[in-house]
Amino acid sequence: MYSYDKFDQAIVNARVEEFRDQARRRLAGELTEDQFKPLRLTNGLYLQLHAYMLRVAVPYGTLSGPQMRMLGSIARKYDKGYGHFTTRQNIQYNWIKLEDAADILADLATVEMHAIQTSGNCIRNISADQYAGVAADEITDPRPWAELLRQWSSFHPEFSYLPRKFKIAVIASTQDRAAMRLHDIGLELVERDGVVGARVFVGGGMGRTPMVAPEIRDFVTEDEIISYVEACLRVYNRYGRRDNKYKARIKILVHELGADEYRRQVEEEFAQMKALKLDPPVEELARIRAHFADPAYETGLSDTIDRSDPDFALWVDQNVAAHKQPGYSIVNISLKPVGGIPGDASADQIELMADLAERYSLNELRVTHAQNIVLPYVKTADLKALWTELDAAGLAPANLDLITDIIACPGLDYCSLANARSIPVAQKIAKRFTDSGKEKTIGELKLKISGCINACGHHHAGHIGILGVDRKGTENYQLLLGGSGAEDASLGTITGPGFDENGIVDAIEKVTDLYLAQREGDERFLDTYRRLGMAPFKEVIYG
Amino acid sequence: MKLLTGNDLASGDVIWWTGSGWSRHVADAVDVGAEGDALLASESAARRVNAAYVIDAEATTAGPLPLHIKERIRASGPTVRADLAINTEIPIVKA
Amino acid sequence: MGEIVNFREDAPASEVPVSLEAFLGASNATAVRIEPGEDARALLPQLDRIALIEVSFPAFGDGRGYSSARILREAGYTGELRASGDVLVDQVPAMRRVGFDTLAPNAPIDRAVMDRMLTLYDDVYQKTVDGRVPVWAKRHPEAAHG
Repeated sequence: MYSYDKFDQAIVNARVEEFRDQARRRLAGELTEDQFKPLRLTNGLYLQLHAYMLRVAVPYGTLSGPQMRMLGSIARKYDKGYGHFTTRQNIQYNWIKLEDAADILADLATVEMHAIQTSGNCIRNISADQYAGVAADEITDPRPWAELLRQWSSFHPEFSYLPRKFKIAVIASTQDRAAMRLHDIGLELVERDGVVGARVFVGGGMGRTPMVAPEIRDFVTEDEIISYVEACLRVYNRYGRRDNKYKARIKILVHELGADEYRRQVEEEFAQMKALKLDPPVEELARIRAHFADPAYETGLSDTIDRSDPDFALWVDQNVAAHKQPGYSIVNISLKPVGGIPGDASADQIELMADLAERYSLNELRVTHAQNIVLPYVKTADLKALWTELDAAGLAPANLDLITDIIACPGLDYCSLANARSIPVAQKIAKRFTDSGKEKTIGELKLKISGCINACGHHHAGHIGILGVDRKGTENYQLLLGGSGAEDASLGTITGPGFDENGIVDAIEKVTDLYLAQREGDERFLDTYRRLGMAPFKEVIYG
Repeated sequence: MKLLTGNDLASGDVIWWTGSGWSRHVADAVDVGAEGDALLASESAARRVNAAYVIDAEATTAGPLPLHIKERIRASGPTVRADLAINTEIPIVKA
Repeated sequence: MGEIVNFREDAPASEVPVSLEAFLGASNATAVRIEPGEDARALLPQLDRIALIEVSFPAFGDGRGYSSARILREAGYTGELRASGDVLVDQVPAMRRVGFDTLAPNAPIDRAVMDRMLTLYDDVYQKTVDGRVPVWAKRHPEAAHG
């Protein structure tokens, strides 16, 4: 994985001192809250429902063992002993003191981490496929491109006060594990005549106006990608709407201009940008790429798995994915135990995962947008020993991509924007489907819950989505069916009137029962829904 | 009744105006009546509170109870972490 | 107008800038002011006769002026480029990077804080218009850039 050189380290160290100065000026009253807010936000510090919340960047979701251990240490030292992994592949802490924030950043800097641009109207943490570098189906590792973009976007002076936040994702497989087309810019690396380049999608997103991004350019090579993205951003910075924050994302600009007109403006800008020689030389991407070279894999390893323990066998079938290298496996650690809080991990668990990464996964972990953790380099022969340790720590729920592997935003339990709680609903659903034993029968079903229209819980992209709303002061939940954040990206449709907390669980049981009765062959819930359409599902819910 | 609430500037803690200062407990809060805006301005200027605002509440035998669920959760702590609660006695959903 | 923060070697222009509309009309003004929604490129044909372009920041969070400034510098404008309005000390480093060389803030800027902020970062990741060498160029001094 990438490691800092002296330049990267000096920039991150400078950031710590910059923020220390800003926080001191705020505490001394030299800055008003209005003036301080954008400064703290571009450093990931929110004022949430109960306290300050700090979001730490995990660039493209890749972490080393020591970095993970530091995340555990911060949870213990500065927070209340836990952290929350987010749908942006980051981690956030819920109980941070403004007085401590700079010290936390200083601790993070010692392990080459930061909180730069994890909030605010700027280019956010770049996300990527959590299986990057180990997926059997990728054409190249997308992370060198993501790192190139991370550096370019860090403290970009022209794009520090965009109309609204800006999210970029990079993938390099036809299978999309990063919801790429639901980003402001999605890059899909493809190969053409032996050359790798990016297909560029612009103007996707969730929130109150969800959109799947249209393709704006079919191929951009590595020596021009920075100037092309720079052109995309400049058109947005100049012409994105600033009159209404709900219409300020780039998806609205692309939609209102039309993809063709937006493309034309970007091309015009791009033609000028290219002449300015803004792109790093190809040697720079090569330098970054060297950091992501394959490890020295052992050869001749066994792929045999002793399946005599049924619990272990179940976990292998559900949570272990195929690795490109024989003898190795990709392990998914589910942070979705029944009764738990989706994405939360205690300091002990975080530190244990750091240890396990060092011992079993060549010192590397990934955070997924589904709020789980991946150990990408596990020898298949070690799976049983690893599982035994995970299981003892409550980290071995065998539910990856099942109905209990729920994406949920923090909701009204933590978030000042939320209209309804998300976590208690996730807990009730997980309990209902575990108790009934239907979870395994149903198979892959991506259920996603947001506590408000901002859609941090990706409800639009859930096979089943839930949106919490405020109905005259009480929590109410709308049900959506048919969304997907994968390569078959689509947006869910609201079934009809909403439900209370118990009603939504009942409604989900009804639609899944209908699916079980109607499914053909090995159809997933989503496939059956797409074949049958909304009508029969509506009928079983409201009929 | 009206309560004045906000977050402590340095710690971020949820705090409630008690008539003479700030408390972590909504039970200590007092009705600010029409004085909310003036208090808000002076306390914000004194940097003792961040992002303060006035909310509606009702008087109960257990003390002031915010009307809106969001403020009840601010007063109680996250409902999914009883171990971190300030006060688990606060009813979150109105009876 | 309050005190002007000057990073130029010559003195700030004293002429009061006219609006873009007035400038593009039959004006012989040499100082012009552009608002966030106005197209900086409208000035490109006449850059030669301009001594001052003032870019207005009615609210610090409206970042359109950063693009305006960089576009003007990219087009070769070398005259005074002034950021005026809600200009805050923590924004000065970014403003310098996109080519502003004078500031006319609504509220006085604390010079000591500004000097600290301007010297914090030894290096930058992007090539813009301020002549600073981005880290990628320092990493590959031998490479043909661009």
